[in-house]
Amino acid sequence: MSNTTITRRGLVATGAALTGGAAAGPLLLGGVAHASDPLTLLNVSYDPTRELYKDINAAYAAYWKGKTGQTITINQSHGGSGKQARSVIDGLQADVVTLALAADIDEIAQRAKLLPANWQARLPNNSTPYTSTIIFLVRKGNPWKIRDWPDLVKPGVGVITANPKTSGGARWAYLAAWAYGLKNGGPAAAQAYVTKLFKNVPVLDTGARGSTTTFAQRRIGDVLLSWENEAHLTIDEFGPNFEIIYPSSSILAEPPVALIDKNVDRHKTRTLAEGYLNFLYSPAAQDIIGKHHFRPRNAQAAAKYAQAFKKIPLVTIDDTFGGWKKAQAIHFADGGVFDKIYQPA
Amino acid sequence: MTDLVALPPRPTAGEARRPRLARWREPSVLPGFGLAIGVTLAYLGAIVILPLTALAVRPWEIGLSGIWHTLTDPRVSAALKLSFSLSAYAALLNAPLGVLMAWVLVRYQFPGRRLLDALVDLPFALPTAVAGIALTALYAPNGPLGALAAKVGLKTAYSPLGIFIALVFIGLPFVVRALQPVLEDLDREVEEAAQTLGASAWQRVVHVILPAIAPALISGVTLAFARAVGEYGSVVFIAGNMPMKTEIAPLLIVIKLEQYDYAGAAAIGMAMVAISFGSLIAINSVQLFLAGRGRR
Repeated sequence: MSNTTITRRGLVATGAALTGGAAAGPLLLGGVAHASDPLTLLNVSYDPTRELYKDINAAYAAYWKGKTGQTITINQSHGGSGKQARSVIDGLQADVVTLALAADIDEIAQRAKLLPANWQARLPNNSTPYTSTIIFLVRKGNPWKIRDWPDLVKPGVGVITANPKTSGGARWAYLAAWAYGLKNGGPAAAQAYVTKLFKNVPVLDTGARGSTTTFAQRRIGDVLLSWENEAHLTIDEFGPNFEIIYPSSSILAEPPVALIDKNVDRHKTRTLAEGYLNFLYSPAAQDIIGKHHFRPRNAQAAAKYAQAFKKIPLVTIDDTFGGWKKAQAIHFADGGVFDKIYQPA
Repeated sequence: MTDLVALPPRPTAGEARRPRLARWREPSVLPGFGLAIGVTLAYLGAIVILPLTALAVRPWEIGLSGIWHTLTDPRVSAALKLSFSLSAYAALLNAPLGVLMAWVLVRYQFPGRRLLDALVDLPFALPTAVAGIALTALYAPNGPLGALAAKVGLKTAYSPLGIFIALVFIGLPFVVRALQPVLEDLDREVEEAAQTLGASAWQRVVHVILPAIAPALISGVTLAFARAVGEYGSVVFIAGNMPMKTEIAPLLIVIKLEQYDYAGAAAIGMAMVAISFGSLIAINSVQLFLAGRGRR
């Protein structure tokens, strides 16, 4: 069983749990999930996709039953993207991962060697069956008149976002803000802008869903930097208490999906898991994706939901930041730009 | 005092001359000293020593300078300071309140006493995340208590005060439960004797009751402190998690882990163990000193 390979890390995690209460739970859970039943899939995903994959899983289970007559169960695990990737590295038996950003899957490939390094080339569209972006959610009537990025750094405005070190969504939001600053004055201006922006953040949650709760239920802050789908979902849930604001520009977020080769081979679920990932590109799944306010790749589904997604200029991680590896090292590594924001001057 | 009775007789000169090994093997109802100590050591080894060893080994991957660099990082030292100081304050507040609660529960009979007694255990039993979310809902600016505090200009949730509240909450049962059995055993006759000898109520509390319960109180406060230092679940919801301000050390460990910085996380963990262990030893020696003085 996989536990032998994770012992060393497991021990450290347990040691940390003694003092820090770090979640070692998934380690134990993952080991037994697939012991006997080969028709079970585990999809390890990030925070705001709970509702999406609930629907997709039901659709895929029905599709698979019609095709093969077999009944399948698809289990879901959600959390901050970085935490989820770490759980898989530490031995959570994911058959597929559907995370917030490519860097986290790269870490799995690099550290645990559970999938090949070129994983992103294996599926269409850089292995991202849908895209999304970062937009603003404000309170009804928009009392602070927040229309665009400069409005976020006005004195007194409370900005809610998660910690970019632990949340994929927050990392995209941070980079979107940086890209705005970069376009309007270059790197130094970008750093000054982002620093000012985070001075207006009163609470840093560890995941995107946590920030949404802080903003919507605890009523902290005046604007939430939100995943586009999460903003629409909040409107669906809480109705007219909030308004969606599209800034003048944002970032093209590409949340990728990947097969965890070593795990599917161990579970003998490769066909089922590959079918699952390919199914995400099917018209049926693309329609579900659009319905849940993610931007579909499929032209027909994209057209159907086009009016929900405002067209704004979106920068990409590759063009503006030279890829995830570089962005990660400059901005989010220890001692990076993000850490400097909080260091006393 | 009551615990005088329970003291084993001091070894006499004759006993001291017995072979060393034989002196270890006190007669006991448990069969086999060898088996018992073997099981004890194996169990402690697997449950406590092995994980701690891993924790002590891991940080050296980044070398002494790496550990130093991690621990002197302003953000890390701020988090350590915050965790340990707030835990100490919370434990200290729980000391007088815990004594009062234990006293009420032991010495008075009133309707609902058993229910109240059971309620004390709730912070033990409640999943910490549930406690954290409940406390946050209460103390957030739009929560009932948070709104009240905001009126007098106090920020509760998302401030160090919020963390303090959560730590007081999880620490209380440790103090109460440590004191209850001691208070139950405390002979009222001792107090009555003091009274007949002319001691005022205050003197009876300070010179009779407090010395008797001091060791239990110290161990309860220590447990509450130790628990608070490592507390994660209930705190992260109410803390606000702002670097340098309301970021607790256990959260920083989790953040480091999520950045795949296992060695850095272990370094903070090791520092916490070292500080906790140091304080435990210091407190234990105070306790020994007090107990020794009580017996003389």
